[in-house]
Amino acid sequence: MEHSVIVIGGGVSGMTAAGMLAQQGFNVTLLEKEAETGGHAARWDRLFPDRKKASEVLDFIRKGMSRVKVITGITVVNITRNDKEFTVVTRGQVADGGSQMADIPHPASCIPHPASCIPHPASCILLATGYELFEARKKEEYGYGIYNNVITSAELEDKFRSGSPILTSEGKPPARIGIVHCVGSRDEKVGNLYCSKVCCVTGVKQAIELKEMYPASEVFNFYMDLRMFDRHFEELYYEAQQKWGVSFIRGRLSECAENPDGSIIVKTEDTLTGKPLKMTVDLLVLLTGFVPGRGMASISAMLGLTTGADGFTNSADSHTLNNSTEIPGIFLAGAVKGPVSISESIADARAAAIQIEVYLNSDKPGND
Amino acid sequence: MKPEGKRLVWNEYQKEIANDNYFYVRSCVRQNFFPAAEKTFLRYMKEMGRNVFENPSHTTCSGIGYHSDIVPFETAMTMVARQFALMSEAGYENFVTSCITSFGLYSEVLETWEHFPAVEEKIRGHLRNATGREFVKPKNLAHASDVTFKLRKDISKAGKYRLINHITGNPIRVVEHIGCHYSKMFPSKGVGGAEYPYVLIGMIEEWGGEVIDYPERRHCCGFGFRQYLVKANRGYSVSSSKKKFDSMKPYKPELILTNCPGCPMFLDRWQYAISEMEGTTYGENGQGIPVMTYEELAGLILGYDPWDLGLQVHQVPVEPLLEKMGIPYDPAKKFLDINGNSMGKPKPPSSMKFY
Amino acid sequence: MIDFGYTLTRDRQFDYDRGDLRYYRLVRSLEPSIDLCIGCGSCSATCSAAQFTNLNIRKLHTVIRRGDTTSIKAGLRKCMFCGKCQLVCPRGVNLRNLILALNRAIEQLG
Repeated sequence: MEHSVIVIGGGVSGMTAAGMLAQQGFNVTLLEKEAETGGHAARWDRLFPDRKKASEVLDFIRKGMSRVKVITGITVVNITRNDKEFTVVTRGQVADGGSQMADIPHPASCIPHPASCIPHPASCILLATGYELFEARKKEEYGYGIYNNVITSAELEDKFRSGSPILTSEGKPPARIGIVHCVGSRDEKVGNLYCSKVCCVTGVKQAIELKEMYPASEVFNFYMDLRMFDRHFEELYYEAQQKWGVSFIRGRLSECAENPDGSIIVKTEDTLTGKPLKMTVDLLVLLTGFVPGRGMASISAMLGLTTGADGFTNSADSHTLNNSTEIPGIFLAGAVKGPVSISESIADARAAAIQIEVYLNSDKPGND
Repeated sequence: MKPEGKRLVWNEYQKEIANDNYFYVRSCVRQNFFPAAEKTFLRYMKEMGRNVFENPSHTTCSGIGYHSDIVPFETAMTMVARQFALMSEAGYENFVTSCITSFGLYSEVLETWEHFPAVEEKIRGHLRNATGREFVKPKNLAHASDVTFKLRKDISKAGKYRLINHITGNPIRVVEHIGCHYSKMFPSKGVGGAEYPYVLIGMIEEWGGEVIDYPERRHCCGFGFRQYLVKANRGYSVSSSKKKFDSMKPYKPELILTNCPGCPMFLDRWQYAISEMEGTTYGENGQGIPVMTYEELAGLILGYDPWDLGLQVHQVPVEPLLEKMGIPYDPAKKFLDINGNSMGKPKPPSSMKFY
Repeated sequence: MIDFGYTLTRDRQFDYDRGDLRYYRLVRSLEPSIDLCIGCGSCSATCSAAQFTNLNIRKLHTVIRRGDTTSIKAGLRKCMFCGKCQLVCPRGVNLRNLILALNRAIEQLG
């Protein structure tokens, strides 16, 4: 088979689909803007609900990618379509970041940096551009970036991954820790009405991990609802209560302030008792949600794809054509369509790979 | 605390403030609360070479009635339209308000007209029918604290004193409190936004002081209109102020700086009331924490006589601050009027240290 | 002291830092399932006493967990110990034993 497939985005979805398509004999090129593949999963230590190492999941996916041509450290600057064929033009530091670069001639028409612009021909494109984490600083009242002991869930994972002890900015083990759900999600004030879905169970997982590290500490999760949507999630919540004594307070944090000793005062309503409540915590973890990937707006514009009110990319039909777009030959996988867990990303990427295979092997392009 | 984090927030809330030729409207209550604050603003504006114009026939903006649910919005808008007409007639286009609630109301009215042009036309009709006046909307709307913020460096340069303890050399520790109607209604219309407003902090930093961020910084000063205006609710008002004092006390503040008519009133007067109700004081050695408007503080920085600034009518004595800043004052003249006659002397409080 | 005609209002905000967790710790040692509540309200909906009094058994064990002990005794006196709350609890909280444990805590701690 001579068909070339370009996969844009080297996170869990892009890597999974690229591997599958290459195994089916297609000529697959994976384009990643960062220096390394792995996406957000590369930053995570352990995954809910069974605490599997994220690195093991990535290792598994990478094993299937031996026939994928991976180019990292580049960005997509243009995509053109000629009947059933596409050309993806990229730009990037060819020499940097250990990028593996195919020997492709430079096009004369590529402006503004002809020397570093590379065209990649493709019979179809899979957009697996993923998401960004909500910028916690935008929730000004929580004081992220101002108060030293307010950190994000991703920063907590950095600490778990590095194996270094979790300490307050004053260098002490935290005796009381708050975990705040829905930061940047379900919040009209920051423009995000949607639920980011995986933060609830991440908060429960991180609460357990903190209790494992500091059994004598008090851990409080401040939540609006606990959306334990998938298998084993509710059981993890139960375990957090029963085995680890994690406390759950139903109330969204209204604001934080800093005490003279650097600890954080949080204010919420304990909605189950109907009273405003304040509490000092030594460390506050913000479960930041998903926002649409930064680069996707320009790619959508190049292709004429539509986005929903939430900013994520629309598929042709959310029930039946969830990996397809209105444009034949352009497919979607993973968090480009909205918040997903890693296991869902993998399943969705495999589904996308099959859709692409059917499309490329079909006499009638456009059939899904 | 990472101050650079706050600077990032402040950068997102920059506001255009006119540089000269202001049409100034007064507050309906401030001359009772802090009698020389507005006069001091006019004095330093003149010294800074700025032209400020006042029309004596301007009235209340009616914001206090609007926010107390006794003046309907349409009436308030027509009152505001008349003030704009006075500005237009005088040939000015930069509107500056003394009062925070006025600033909030003017902002709200302009925003309403922006979104509902038919309402603006209707109000123009009301004003025409009632007074025969027409108006042009201001090109720039600012609060007098915005203008003072803009001139903070000039004031610092011309100043004789700084917010520094002249004996120890340490910066004076200052709590700042912003009026609700300054930026909570429209965060983009306040310098620095609503969460970490910068307008007063900019002055404190420029004049040498140290800003205190304490947990109940965002809590109500105790005014809140209805909670004070109805006597039966005043327990809420004084309790709100107390919540703030209890929260700021561990940080040992030496001054509270404000930009609203209500905040300094209640943060000042309620310290006295609390001291009489339960014997609690919040400053050092049985003193209160002096409370000031930004105009009064600018006046002190510029070396104006404290008694010309009206500081003798504050319920919390300001002398501890004057002594720290090294500002001379004559205790014998504290309760004399401008003609040198005695104004009478208040009865000393039972708990708070009196001067 | 001066009577101004109004008084300071008690702060309704609950300060967890000043909470009294002694009751919670004792009850929890006797009935660990107190931690399993998810606030669904089935217990208080079925409660016989709740139909005619202001007893809210869900709130009662929630405030204990927060260290807010002000309303425990008055609430507890209204319980008729029928056990319907326990029958409906989806998390298996042993509410009858929880109430016995709470009585024990009140005996010990006052």
